[in-house]
Amino acid sequence: MSILVDTETRVVVQGITGSEGAFHSAQMREYGTNVVAGVTPGKGGMMHEGVPVFNSVRQAVGETGANTSAIFVRAAFAADAIMEAADAGIRLIVCLTEGIPTLDMIAARQFVDRRGALLVGPNTPGVISPGQCKVGVMAGYIHREGPVGIASRSGTLTYEVVYQLTRRGMGQSTCVGIGGDPIIGLSFVDILQRFEADRETEAVIIIGEIGGSQEEEAAEYFRTRMTKPIVAFIAGVTAPPERRMGHAGAIISGGRGGAGDKIRALEAAGVVVARNPADIGETLIGVLRGA
Amino acid sequence: MKIYEYQAKGLFRGYGIAIPRGSAALTAREAGEAARTLGAPPFVVKAQIYAGGRGKTGGVKVADTPAQVQAAAQSLLGVRLVTPQTGGDGQVVAAVLVEEALSVERELYVGITIDRAARCPILLASAEGGVEIEKLAAERPEAIVRERIDVGFGLRPFQASAVAYALGLPPKQASACSALLLKLYRLFMEKDCANVEINPLVVTKAGDLVALDAKINIDDNALFRHPDLAALHDAAQDNSLEAEATGLGLNYIKLKGNVGCMVNGAGLAMATMDLIKHVGAEPANFLDVGGGASATMIKEGLRIILSDGDVKLLFVNIFGGILRCDTLAQGLTEGARELGIGVPVIIRLEGTNREIGEKLLVSSGLNFIPVGGMGEASQKIAELLKVA
Repeated sequence: MSILVDTETRVVVQGITGSEGAFHSAQMREYGTNVVAGVTPGKGGMMHEGVPVFNSVRQAVGETGANTSAIFVRAAFAADAIMEAADAGIRLIVCLTEGIPTLDMIAARQFVDRRGALLVGPNTPGVISPGQCKVGVMAGYIHREGPVGIASRSGTLTYEVVYQLTRRGMGQSTCVGIGGDPIIGLSFVDILQRFEADRETEAVIIIGEIGGSQEEEAAEYFRTRMTKPIVAFIAGVTAPPERRMGHAGAIISGGRGGAGDKIRALEAAGVVVARNPADIGETLIGVLRGA
Repeated sequence: MKIYEYQAKGLFRGYGIAIPRGSAALTAREAGEAARTLGAPPFVVKAQIYAGGRGKTGGVKVADTPAQVQAAAQSLLGVRLVTPQTGGDGQVVAAVLVEEALSVERELYVGITIDRAARCPILLASAEGGVEIEKLAAERPEAIVRERIDVGFGLRPFQASAVAYALGLPPKQASACSALLLKLYRLFMEKDCANVEINPLVVTKAGDLVALDAKINIDDNALFRHPDLAALHDAAQDNSLEAEATGLGLNYIKLKGNVGCMVNGAGLAMATMDLIKHVGAEPANFLDVGGGASATMIKEGLRIILSDGDVKLLFVNIFGGILRCDTLAQGLTEGARELGIGVPVIIRLEGTNREIGEKLLVSSGLNFIPVGGMGEASQKIAELLKVA
């Protein structure tokens, strides 16, 4: 089954002619994703490696029926690109860009909500349903199809967990990077709701980190609404306070958002929390087999 | 990005938010001059650092004459001030702010920050100013007024007014407070702030509202569109290794520990630090090399981590996926030869051509220890540190 992306996904790549957009479009297509259009204002009318390029997302949607967007646009312009996609009727917007100003994202998220679109990210590696569709930058070969749903605030830490599972023959239904920023689209709770409703997902891994309250909210959702097991790992037990640890959203501020508090909230709700990042896959396998 | 109190007050002045009369001084002499310009005592001399809690450890002094102001400035400038908020190392006092002392009737708190859960700016206010707001929030949350702001409409006058009256202010002051809050919101939005705080916002005996302190933190992601604000950053306060790393495009935070780490990706980097702690060692740093992972960047990353004399062991954890491990291994061996690395380097590489990369590392004759995953890395770290 999978959530968010599947074989029906038709992708328009915003920023297709830039170096990141071009490289990852080719990688997505190699994986089997249906990239139907690209958008770079000023380059409309040309073909980029067999993909038609348009000046606007609206035009791209009109001519190709694109329903999903992958945004590889610079931080200064990315929030506007998100809004453009929502305005053009795109249903799922995946914004890979890191570094978007927070106030821009507050406006973009409101805009997306009003148009009824879904946003993943920003500052995310994207979404992949192994064997069906990849909208993002993750390496396809480390994934395999299977029953584990993954929701993560990280990039390479997600790959680490995916690989731990794949090497043990335990595949993934869908992996969603919700992103490392303070203001994002789909939250952990939004993704958990979808995994709970997805027939193919039997268990979920949450990869969280310091900052914000996503993990606490997920704990509450799990406690009150979820029937499938969750294994979590929270990065940043050793992070010093008041320092931004790479991700804009990874900061312990005013004493709030520490890893310890998140771990306590998750465990109190019945989530199994792995303490050693090397054991996350193993822990999930143990929980699923024991269930 | 934080700015100093005197710089924040400069911004306040531009938005019509009342501040005490005064000016910043970089030397003791300038401080004395500033006092002479102010005229009537008493004067307040405030250490300018990127942290609060100064009053608790002698960072704020009161003086009665310009000569005393000069002496107070002399005792503060260039000194490493430790406060409950600076951490043990403290911060060097770069400047002092010399101000007229105010006659304070009441102390209030007002601030605007981002409510991540509600995804909007939020106005916070309290009739109990002058205390640590986090402490107040933890002990008596009911003492804090909260007003969420819809960016589509901005902070509405009716909201600002409601907050002002909730602080228990009489009509004339509530009106002035309301006007101040609207200006503060404009500043917050126009300058892309992550956080602004006036603590305390005082009501003087004459009934005026004045920002006695000012804290402004600018959204790092927005600095590109505020070059004037970016220019306010005092690079002298940066840890020198951290500043060097930033210049090279590396994200490095120095900690105190014996195992250095170099990783691609912030989440994996934090997890790697956590793993080091988990096996009983102390992470010496956070280092995210980002998506690039070029040979030069690897070499520079190695050099920066190894500048820290406490590092006894290095763990390089690169999960590339698309990255070519043989190219990376070449960069590592070249870098290691050039730098002459004296500590063991545990390397975990994941990506295309992993086996070729590992062979290169082993055959280099350098002290590289390839491991197959984070579990194996765990074991190796524990093993090597027992011997060390």
